[in-house]
Amino acid sequence: MDQRLVQLDQGSGGRAMHELIDGLFISAFSNPLLAERNDSAVFEVKAGRLAITTDSYVVDPIFFPGGNIGSLAVHGTVNDLSMRGAKPLYITVGFILEEGLDFGDLEKIVYSMADAAREAGVQIISGDTKVVPRGKADKIFINTSGVGIVPSGIDIGGANARPGDAVLINGTVGDHGMAVLCKREGLALENEIKSDAAALNGLVGQMIEAYAGIRVLRDPTRGGVATTLNEIAEQSGVGIRLFEEEIPIREDVAGACEILGLDPLYVANEGKVLAIVPPDRSQDVLSAMKSHPLGRGARCIGEVVSNDPGRVFLRTRIGGHRLVDMLRGEQLPRIC
Amino acid sequence: MKYLDEYRDPQLAKSLIEALQTRDYKRGEIRLMEICGTHTVSIFRSGLRKLLPPQIRLISGPGCPVCVTANEDIDRAIWLAGQPGVILTTFGDLVRVPGSTSSLNVERSKGADVRIVYASLDALEIARQNPGREVVFIGIGFETTAPTIAAAIKQASMSGVNNFSVFSVHKVLPPAMRALLEAREVRLDGFLCPGHVSIVTGSGIYEEVVKNYGVPCVVTGFEPLDILQGISSAVELVESGRAEVVNMYRRVVTRDGNAAARKIMDEIFEPADSTWRGLGPIPGSGLGFRREWKNFDAVSRFSMPEIKVKEHPGCKCGEVLRGVMTPPECGLFRKVCNPQDPKGPCMVSGEGTCGAYHRYHQ
Repeated sequence: MDQRLVQLDQGSGGRAMHELIDGLFISAFSNPLLAERNDSAVFEVKAGRLAITTDSYVVDPIFFPGGNIGSLAVHGTVNDLSMRGAKPLYITVGFILEEGLDFGDLEKIVYSMADAAREAGVQIISGDTKVVPRGKADKIFINTSGVGIVPSGIDIGGANARPGDAVLINGTVGDHGMAVLCKREGLALENEIKSDAAALNGLVGQMIEAYAGIRVLRDPTRGGVATTLNEIAEQSGVGIRLFEEEIPIREDVAGACEILGLDPLYVANEGKVLAIVPPDRSQDVLSAMKSHPLGRGARCIGEVVSNDPGRVFLRTRIGGHRLVDMLRGEQLPRIC
Repeated sequence: MKYLDEYRDPQLAKSLIEALQTRDYKRGEIRLMEICGTHTVSIFRSGLRKLLPPQIRLISGPGCPVCVTANEDIDRAIWLAGQPGVILTTFGDLVRVPGSTSSLNVERSKGADVRIVYASLDALEIARQNPGREVVFIGIGFETTAPTIAAAIKQASMSGVNNFSVFSVHKVLPPAMRALLEAREVRLDGFLCPGHVSIVTGSGIYEEVVKNYGVPCVVTGFEPLDILQGISSAVELVESGRAEVVNMYRRVVTRDGNAAARKIMDEIFEPADSTWRGLGPIPGSGLGFRREWKNFDAVSRFSMPEIKVKEHPGCKCGEVLRGVMTPPECGLFRKVCNPQDPKGPCMVSGEGTCGAYHRYHQ
């Protein structure tokens, strides 16, 4: 048989599963904690605060320009830790595989997870695999959880925005959502839109080094920049005003959004961070962002205001003002 | 950015707004109806409404296809989705529109096979891939979408795909414009006419409205600058007492429109009476199947029973679509009716007036 497919018994706990774990996961993720093959991984921590997070990934298609479900599962969890200023250390992974999944695809996904983890400086130290009968899942679902250490003196959270603060972003918005959508719907555009999926801990580290008092960091994933900023406005009890002409959007993303009637402000990102910073330190943080490869396109896109608490407004290019509401319903399903 | 930024030029927009603000208005308030939902959304997205002087009032009209689809047609679509072996295919917004007792979304969660497609040809492809099933596509939209759906029907016929049919709830605009003017419920001084529809039909279709009712019609595009130029032109016509059709979207719209698109539309469809939400039955305002193409008509293929239609009490979508009420004047707006739990289609659709007010208006 030329094509190897995932079989039900590879999740059954027997020999086939052990072969899968040893032959693929332990070898790909290679680290001493995972190689112990114990029921849980045990590691030392220094005194201090731990950050912990979990996320499940069901993106369709599983391979898209700029990444796949595996690299996304690592990046997403690393980013969720980074958004609290934590230094990500360890990740766990749970796979739910559909019987009949191309084993070559699984290998590609697992090895790109290993690459993503290595690049982000985290280790995948515990895992689980289940295989469900054909039709009971869609190819592969992945859950990752992560732990990280929050250095002392760091207090980054959604409730910390204050009137006068600057709203920064590290680059163009909407790339990931449009990359996935164009791939899924077979939209043939002149150039392929690539997902921005990336681990942001390096960039965030540099930003915190420039100014440890950053108030809010948030990655605008599902629901996009608009929804994320609405969450922050609500949590902090402040208003946020965006400047349309300052929001960076790639030409092809803007074009694809126009064709499909989508608003790029609501389209998901997987390698972007929104930072809210006191006005007198915004230049320092902005410079730090620009000096990192993932922050070259960094811009100040708005400001925090005291009026209209809990709401986000946009000053449009032609000088009008309008509300930027939270995403209601699903604009694009299964993008992460 | 190519093709977009030049129509969003802030300086040009500013000078047009200034000209509108400083000009002399001899006739008091000028009421312009933007017929098209895409115009409504663009006006809100650019924050244009608040930049206009008080003498200019923009009234949103019945140009959102999902919104004007009558409750009875939503109920019929839901009935179709419930027939054994049927795959119901539709554009996205429609699945969330509440009918008398349910929505396609609710029926889907109960097990009906309802699939969202981006184009009618995708529905045809689903029919090809599922030869044992009946694939019904809900044909919705104005003159803009009707030709593409006609093309899918023709292709189904040519390639012998017999398990494909269309439930046509298409509408055409001029009869609705006439109905609005005949009803005299709201004074209209001018129309901003939809660019996309006019690409297909040509700006000529508005000549009759201008001639019979003396109301100027300005065809315009969808970028903020297009709309501003359209408004400026309409104001000029109203102030100088000239009833004319002016085409401000000349980069794509001609007087006669797209002959090929009209031809295929005319080949498959013929004018039919159609019921509009808010406006009621309007003669010749829909598109029915010509006799030779009846076998692709879902209404002929399935014998639909009479469905007892129930409107949501309190929903003012009809009034909003006729321009006699604005969404904030509706008792349900933002209280029990919102985009997550819409009571009427104007809140569901991406082009609906209530949805636009909810999303963009403070």
